[in-house]
Amino acid sequence: MRRLVSGNEACAEAALRAGIRFFGGYPITPSTEIAELMAEELPRVGGVFIQMEDEIASIMAIIGASAAGVPSMTATSGPGFSLMQEGIGYAAMTEVAVVVVNVMRGGPATGLPTKGSQADFQQARWGTHGDHPVVALTPRGVQECFTLTLRAVEISQRLRVPVILLMDEFIGHMREIVSFPEKVEVYHRQKPRVAPSEYIHYAPDNNYNAPYASFGEGYAIHFSGLNHRSDGFPINDAPTIRWNNERLRAKIEDNLAYLEDNYVDDDPDADTLIVAFGSAARSAYEAKLLTDKPIAYIRALTVWPFPDATVRRLAKGRKRVVVPEMNEGQLAREVERCIGTDTELVSVTRNDGSMLTPKEVLEALR
Amino acid sequence: MTPAKASSRKTSFSPMIHSYLRMDERFPHVWCPGCGIGIVFGALIHAVHELKIPKKKLLLASGIGCTSRMPGYLDADTFHVLHGRALAAATGVKLARPDMEVVVVGGDGDMLAIGGNHFIHTARRNIGMTCIVLNNYNYAMTGGQQSPTTPRDMFATTAPYGAIDDPVDACLLASGAGAAFVARTTTYNFVQLKRLIKTALSRKGFRLLEVVAQCPTIFGRLNRIPTPKDLVTWIKAHTVTLEAAKKMDAKELEDKVVTGVFVDREVEEYSERYARLVKKVRNAH
Repeated sequence: MRRLVSGNEACAEAALRAGIRFFGGYPITPSTEIAELMAEELPRVGGVFIQMEDEIASIMAIIGASAAGVPSMTATSGPGFSLMQEGIGYAAMTEVAVVVVNVMRGGPATGLPTKGSQADFQQARWGTHGDHPVVALTPRGVQECFTLTLRAVEISQRLRVPVILLMDEFIGHMREIVSFPEKVEVYHRQKPRVAPSEYIHYAPDNNYNAPYASFGEGYAIHFSGLNHRSDGFPINDAPTIRWNNERLRAKIEDNLAYLEDNYVDDDPDADTLIVAFGSAARSAYEAKLLTDKPIAYIRALTVWPFPDATVRRLAKGRKRVVVPEMNEGQLAREVERCIGTDTELVSVTRNDGSMLTPKEVLEALR
Repeated sequence: MTPAKASSRKTSFSPMIHSYLRMDERFPHVWCPGCGIGIVFGALIHAVHELKIPKKKLLLASGIGCTSRMPGYLDADTFHVLHGRALAAATGVKLARPDMEVVVVGGDGDMLAIGGNHFIHTARRNIGMTCIVLNNYNYAMTGGQQSPTTPRDMFATTAPYGAIDDPVDACLLASGAGAAFVARTTTYNFVQLKRLIKTALSRKGFRLLEVVAQCPTIFGRLNRIPTPKDLVTWIKAHTVTLEAAKKMDAKELEDKVVTGVFVDREVEEYSERYARLVKKVRNAH
């Protein structure tokens, strides 16, 4: 079925269809419509909506609900995303599946509540202290707000990780026609198949689709944000700390093929490659279509983990890589890391709350 | 160090207590000799046992601090969360699983300073849980800094000339926020402590029990009351019951801690209210 909806509406609808049954949130522009829709719809499907006292409480409440077995989500924007960072780290450390939607607005501080940006790209990766695994997805438009919300929920449940959906104000408030599928396949976390006495909550096998227990199932599980051993109990011993850190890292590294998601429009004759994500990638693609030169193009849908190998492969032998984005060069830093010194890096930035235009990208392609 | 086995001292209740603990190499526990936390932990286990709350239904959540290390030792579902955030996380658990018996423990700093906002709002919503605030008047785990309950003129490492802040009253705060059950006792009064935990566990909505407890190693040492016995005696000397307090004037009550039940009222707890909302919304369609 095709309907005209906003990005925020598409996100909320996808969350409900993906099986999200707990939403804890706090009002903040430009993400509030997601909370409003969840408040209206969740009781209808027997789920729980609760407006918490702040974003710190919101992230902790969804972690609690997810640990108790219910797929959970929150939605926020800039300042709220900053407040959630410690909780995101807790979810990473304790391996609790949650989805955090950040409808990016201009910053820092209160910044630009009603205007968009892509300036939380690096914060999504490094916002919480310590090294940690994180998955972040970015939609280019309203249709992808729907499909990537479904995917965010699925990844979080399969890998027991916090997944961040980096939308932005432009997309959140933009209306586009979305094709809603008749049926959505939902992955349900698997319950342990062993007796409680045999069960290890952080078992050393691959994390992908691993069964795991929730509160109230008789497995007497222990969660702690402290670095812990396989039963969750905190420990200070170096080999165990290394084991735990490696476990968290492997969760992402072993599943790169599953996580990676790019739109690639390569052109063997092109000496220029565009690397972009989200709404800036729309303008970039428009510019590619407007120019008569051959241009290779990659748009990352999964921005974290960053598609290092794919960008490196596509950039190889090119004269230059153009990186358009709506911040002050956060994506350019990642791209620079991947390309050799023989390739010129052209960073195209706009950070004034307005959309980067195809014309601005086109100028860089000349 | 070899893992400590069950205590060799035979008491009538130790096998019962041990049946609620994760008796493995995680012992010896982190707490100092003479600390009040064990008394509260013991009382909680007695209360859970006497009320026959199934372990499978029990969740013990906590934030960060000495008291917050309690869940790691309990053989049930346990949730050691971030500093100050236990009540918010426990709210998520309770609403996801209203059938679970949720108990949250924390110290005065964890619950009333960094977690103060969650304390107010969890009480306001009357989320169904028992919240035990173990008040030892200081941040003990980090070495004795001033907490929001440190009494005026007493010493802490960050109040080296004596505290000039007025302390917060957890019971008044919870009462004002609308908690269904509010009470206070001390570690000196074990029988009352156990009874009040049992009462709290039997009520609905948000139940606060503040327990004034001794921290001889840090707070006691900084305030020249360094032995457990002297500090418990000091706590006792500064305690009056609610009944006795009614006959005392403001001057006499100035340095006193009042114990007893301040609020005990029937409420419809949040998850019940929410279930009613779901029913109403679904029937309308």
